Amino acid sequence: MSTIELAGVSRWFGNVVAVNDVTMSIGPGVTGLLGPNGAGKSTLLSMMSGFLPPSSGAVTLDGEVIWRNPQLYSAIGLVPEAEAMFDSMTGEEFVFANARLHRLADPSSATIAALEQVDMMDARTRQIGTFSKGMKQRIKMATALVHSPKVLLLDEPFNGMDPRQRMHLLELLQRLGADGHTVLFSSHILEEVEDIAGTIEVLVAGRQAASGDFRSIRRLMTERPHQYSLSSSDDRALAAAIIAHGAANAVSITATGLDVQAADFGRFVHALPKLAHDADIALYDVTPADESLESVFAYLVAR
Amino acid sequence: MTTTREPTLINVVVMRLGLRALLGSRRSWVLIGLSLLLFAVAGLTRWGSGGTPDAASGLIVNFGFGTLVPIMCLLIGTGVIAPEIEDGSIVYILAKPIPRRTIVLSKLAIAIPVALVFSVLSIVIASQIAGDHNGELAMSMGAATALASIAYTSVFFMIAVLTRNSIIVGLIYALLWEGVLAGYVPGVRTLSIRQWALAPAEELLSSAPAWNVTSDVSLATGLVMLAITTVGAIAISVQRLKSLSVRVSD
Repeated sequence: MSTIELAGVSRWFGNVVAVNDVTMSIGPGVTGLLGPNGAGKSTLLSMMSGFLPPSSGAVTLDGEVIWRNPQLYSAIGLVPEAEAMFDSMTGEEFVFANARLHRLADPSSATIAALEQVDMMDARTRQIGTFSKGMKQRIKMATALVHSPKVLLLDEPFNGMDPRQRMHLLELLQRLGADGHTVLFSSHILEEVEDIAGTIEVLVAGRQAASGDFRSIRRLMTERPHQYSLSSSDDRALAAAIIAHGAANAVSITATGLDVQAADFGRFVHALPKLAHDADIALYDVTPADESLESVFAYLVAR
Repeated sequence: MTTTREPTLINVVVMRLGLRALLGSRRSWVLIGLSLLLFAVAGLTRWGSGGTPDAASGLIVNFGFGTLVPIMCLLIGTGVIAPEIEDGSIVYILAKPIPRRTIVLSKLAIAIPVALVFSVLSIVIASQIAGDHNGELAMSMGAATALASIAYTSVFFMIAVLTRNSIIVGLIYALLWEGVLAGYVPGVRTLSIRQWALAPAEELLSSAPAWNVTSDVSLATGLVMLAITTVGAIAISVQRLKSLSVRVSD
């Protein structure tokens, strides 16, 4: 059981602040590090994996400073986002080389065990250069798992994976988390985090925006007012029907149609087609006005 | 997982990955091309001059030893680490419980022998083509090349760890500092790997002045400076690698 502690950690590059006074504790189980692109997730992961010193504050693993402490890599497995590996090697050779770099007592069986864990036994004798993005991702996982680390850090691990590969990785991370490993992965996609992370840390513009149980943060996200732009064959009649039904708390008529603000996202999207159908109104366009991740995060920050 | 922990200076896996990257890259073809270029120019020199000592040593000292050897060492010294830093794959080596000193020494344990083979062989063979006499030129310049290659490769490796623009910085050092500035500014000449490594060649050829191989520094100064430079470059590389910032993402 291992815990990564960040105490008042900031990191700036020149006069750009990438991470701003973040304090968090990442313990056993699966934690999702969520935030839009450019929020500082990679900078944070770089610091946790000992590849970047914090400008201020301390990043420690079980009380030991991670920066300039290579012995700690016995306990850390890192899955970088960068694709580059040693492309002329086969998957098995590369994982085996990693096992030997860790100076494992039995690198061969550790290699096989890691390849089995990521379901890459069949393709293990192929050159890494011929692998798809998802396969490369799994080989990276295998190199990170080969020494059975207590801590696993993954940078955007689901990028480029197809749904089946995603499911497989989800299960693997969950299993590792349930076994008491400390698993941290970053993502900019809310739904990815939803299925596995018990705990999430939300990072926006270098600041910690939310932290804790996924479900309560998800509720914050779904309960925020949603904005939609509609156009239909009879905007005024549709506005009346929406207000009468109570599915939205504000409707305004614009030059091109309607702007609707709905407090309950689920209720509104279910009611709208039915209301239009019952009133014999044709819906031409329904656009969520603020569904970008940035706006979701911005809302969380404002809370 | 149990691990075996005997303290080592050299890690065989780091060496093998380095060798693989070096020989598998386009750099090895450029190295072979540079050797062939030197042989071709040596042949032309022999043909044009009839193999006079002055022409042969001029070619070997200025073009071979003074220009091609530093470029070869630049390609090799940076080649064992710069591409990995560039594309981020260095994290697979750095994210291991291996002393950074071991990583530096293992990489140099590949780079220096490869540089020695390429540069010394090229100089020795080119000396024969250009017009040697009893192997005097080949032996003396081969020795100078061997010493220079060790220092050059270590320095260029250090540059690769210090800056992402290692090829440009290395070329500026090798061609501008040692090649051009040293031609005009006497003080610069005594501060160059080329002059230090020429000192033993001058000594070896002291009984054969026809070759006209001279150095601006004494033998003792040359050898001491080469040793200090090599050890210093290795020490700086180790320190730098301990604090190398690597982005784990693209």
